[in-house]
Amino acid sequence: MSAVIQQIASKQNLTSLNKYIKIFVGVIAFVSFSCNRSSGDKAVLKFWAMGNEGEMVSQMIPEFERANPGIHVVVQQIPWTAAHEKLLTAFAGGSLPDVFQLGNTWLPEFTVLNTLEPLQPYVNNSSVIQLNDYFSGVLKTNIIDSTLYGIPWYVDTRVVYYRKDFLRAAGYNAPPRTWAEVLRLCEIIQKQAKDKGIVRYPFFFPTNEWVPAIALGMQSGGKFLRNNNTRGNFSGPEFHKAFELLAKFYQKEYSPSGMQLITNLYNSFSDGLIALYITGPWNIGEFTRRIPPELQNEWMTAPLPSMDTTYPGNSLPLGTSLVINKNGKHKEAAWKFIEFLGSRQQSIRFYNITGNLPPRKSAWEDTSLAHNIHIQAFYQQLQRVEPLPQVSEWEQIVIRLQIYVEYIATGTLTVDEALKKFDAEVDQMLDKRRWLVEKKSMP
Amino acid sequence: MVGGKKINAMSKQINKQKRESHTAAAWLFLSPALTAIFIFFVIPVVSALIMSFTDFDIYALGNISYVRFMGFQNYIRILETPLFWIAMKNTFYFVIVGAPFSVAVSLGAALMVNSKLARFKPFFRTVYFLPVVTSLVAVAVVWRYLFHPAHGLLNYALGYFGVAPIDWLGNPDIAMPAIIAMSVWKNFGYNMLIFIAGLQNIPEELYEASHMDGAGGWRQFIDITIPMLAPTSVFVVMITVIGYFQLFAEPYVMTEGGPMNATTSIVLMMYEQGFRWWNMGFAAAIAFILFAVILFFSVLQMVFQKRMQS
Repeated sequence: MSAVIQQIASKQNLTSLNKYIKIFVGVIAFVSFSCNRSSGDKAVLKFWAMGNEGEMVSQMIPEFERANPGIHVVVQQIPWTAAHEKLLTAFAGGSLPDVFQLGNTWLPEFTVLNTLEPLQPYVNNSSVIQLNDYFSGVLKTNIIDSTLYGIPWYVDTRVVYYRKDFLRAAGYNAPPRTWAEVLRLCEIIQKQAKDKGIVRYPFFFPTNEWVPAIALGMQSGGKFLRNNNTRGNFSGPEFHKAFELLAKFYQKEYSPSGMQLITNLYNSFSDGLIALYITGPWNIGEFTRRIPPELQNEWMTAPLPSMDTTYPGNSLPLGTSLVINKNGKHKEAAWKFIEFLGSRQQSIRFYNITGNLPPRKSAWEDTSLAHNIHIQAFYQQLQRVEPLPQVSEWEQIVIRLQIYVEYIATGTLTVDEALKKFDAEVDQMLDKRRWLVEKKSMP
Repeated sequence: MVGGKKINAMSKQINKQKRESHTAAAWLFLSPALTAIFIFFVIPVVSALIMSFTDFDIYALGNISYVRFMGFQNYIRILETPLFWIAMKNTFYFVIVGAPFSVAVSLGAALMVNSKLARFKPFFRTVYFLPVVTSLVAVAVVWRYLFHPAHGLLNYALGYFGVAPIDWLGNPDIAMPAIIAMSVWKNFGYNMLIFIAGLQNIPEELYEASHMDGAGGWRQFIDITIPMLAPTSVFVVMITVIGYFQLFAEPYVMTEGGPMNATTSIVLMMYEQGFRWWNMGFAAAIAFILFAVILFFSVLQMVFQKRMQS
């Protein structure tokens, strides 16, 4: 009897369960349907941008939407620290936006994923985007296997920031043009400080940065990888020479060999704890704000010294590009948006809002840039930048290199040992690429 | 007798029917939970296990035909990676130093809050539990200020005693102790609550009787509190050890594994391999190695506990 009742009860349960399922499904369908509806008949263009740029670019959207009434741009801001993970996860989940910002060292990864729209056809029909107006070293980072995938949004490279007064005291009216000369300068600065009983590190190379090491490597020949980019070549003579030079700065205590001493870069620079330092364009604004007024005339920027007789020495073509999702729904609208942000006028405006350097040479003639004395070094430097190896593992490789900079700075490993170990690690990172190249699935 | 047998058989049959329908009902009631467990636990775990025998990576994400079956090669390669052993060492450091410390602090706090002399008990219970429910990222931001070498409160306080400023998160020898200190502070409140519950289950008569026999506070603690708390302690230690093996968020937000990998834990290494570099096969293999390690220590603890009881 009770069993029968139970069965009836469970049947009833089932029917009511069915009802609930139906309601549940109905609600979900309704919600997803109402989410999918676009606002009117406008094309909704999804745009992802990172960090400060993501915040600031919103100011520029209304102008674009006025000029293109059929397009509504939705900006999503992603913090830089999570951007890489977020983009890859979005790809895996099929939810990449129509148009997005990519660090130009990330382009090779996304071409491996086959998710970027080739842009040359768009450029051919465009009167706004003229490729010959771009810094060629930076533009090259957007061309992978002779296909153009990105349009530079802003550029970034590294130059030397220095204290004019210390250089003057050491007998230098202009910064040295070669690294040999830099070493001599460091010796003088160090000696002069010691004589006065002051601790001073002439040239600060942070141990948690790969950029100076790679810039030096580029100058000494740039052969970071070998065998068609399938094996590490860091222990090869070119990079070895660069790493030796870097190690010298730590050995002679021209640079502090850890990060503990320099807790605040700007204070250290104003207090004279450090005299020269390689960094990027964002620090122009920071130095202007944070260095005391009486020292404002005593800091300056200069392109990198070189390892041979040419000047300036090579630096890195960094920066970010705008790319179009190959599987996006609004590719034409996305290109219109890139044209808008890529125009000379908007890149100057973007510089004025964010301080990010324009990728177009013609934009640098604008007074807001031409009148900034600290920015000229970047213009000079951007003429001499060379692309880094375009392999998707590059980011992983250089992040790993930082540990080895730390090892040689602290003297834990010699340059020889460090580079041999590093090459072994790089070989392992490139294992899959090696296999793909060998079976000729990849160029 | 015969009638009795018949009745017996009948009731058995009824019982059997009952049981069958009960079983069906039980399955029905369990089915939502089981479905969820199957979809969100069994399938991912099995896929991860399969993945750990492949080299699923960014190339495979772009083109699935680029996946290779690797056998145990991922596992072998992990054991050959120096960073893995550094991460293993750091994780064990964290567990061996951090877990007992954390349990001791929890027990101490529980004893104090539960003491008859204590006033404002609910207030202290809440305050000590507060870090547990606070978002770790918010906590980490505050602790980064506390740990700041030049302007941090900690160094400021130590300065009064003439201690030179310590670079808490920048010095490879001190970064892990600093992380341990923060984790213990963040987590002890949870175990404290469990200990308080355990303490309140100890019959008051035991203390009274021992008091009559002349036992002092320390003697009572050793001979009554500790043995009576044994089941609670085993639970707390096990949960803490399992949790501490999975150290991730603290170094992720505080140090990103640095300086010189001094705070890189197994899970942090797995995260970097999996989600930063997208070496999913390799990362999955790390996950199963960690699983084996945690399983080993949990079983060891259980065996130890059984020995103690018998």
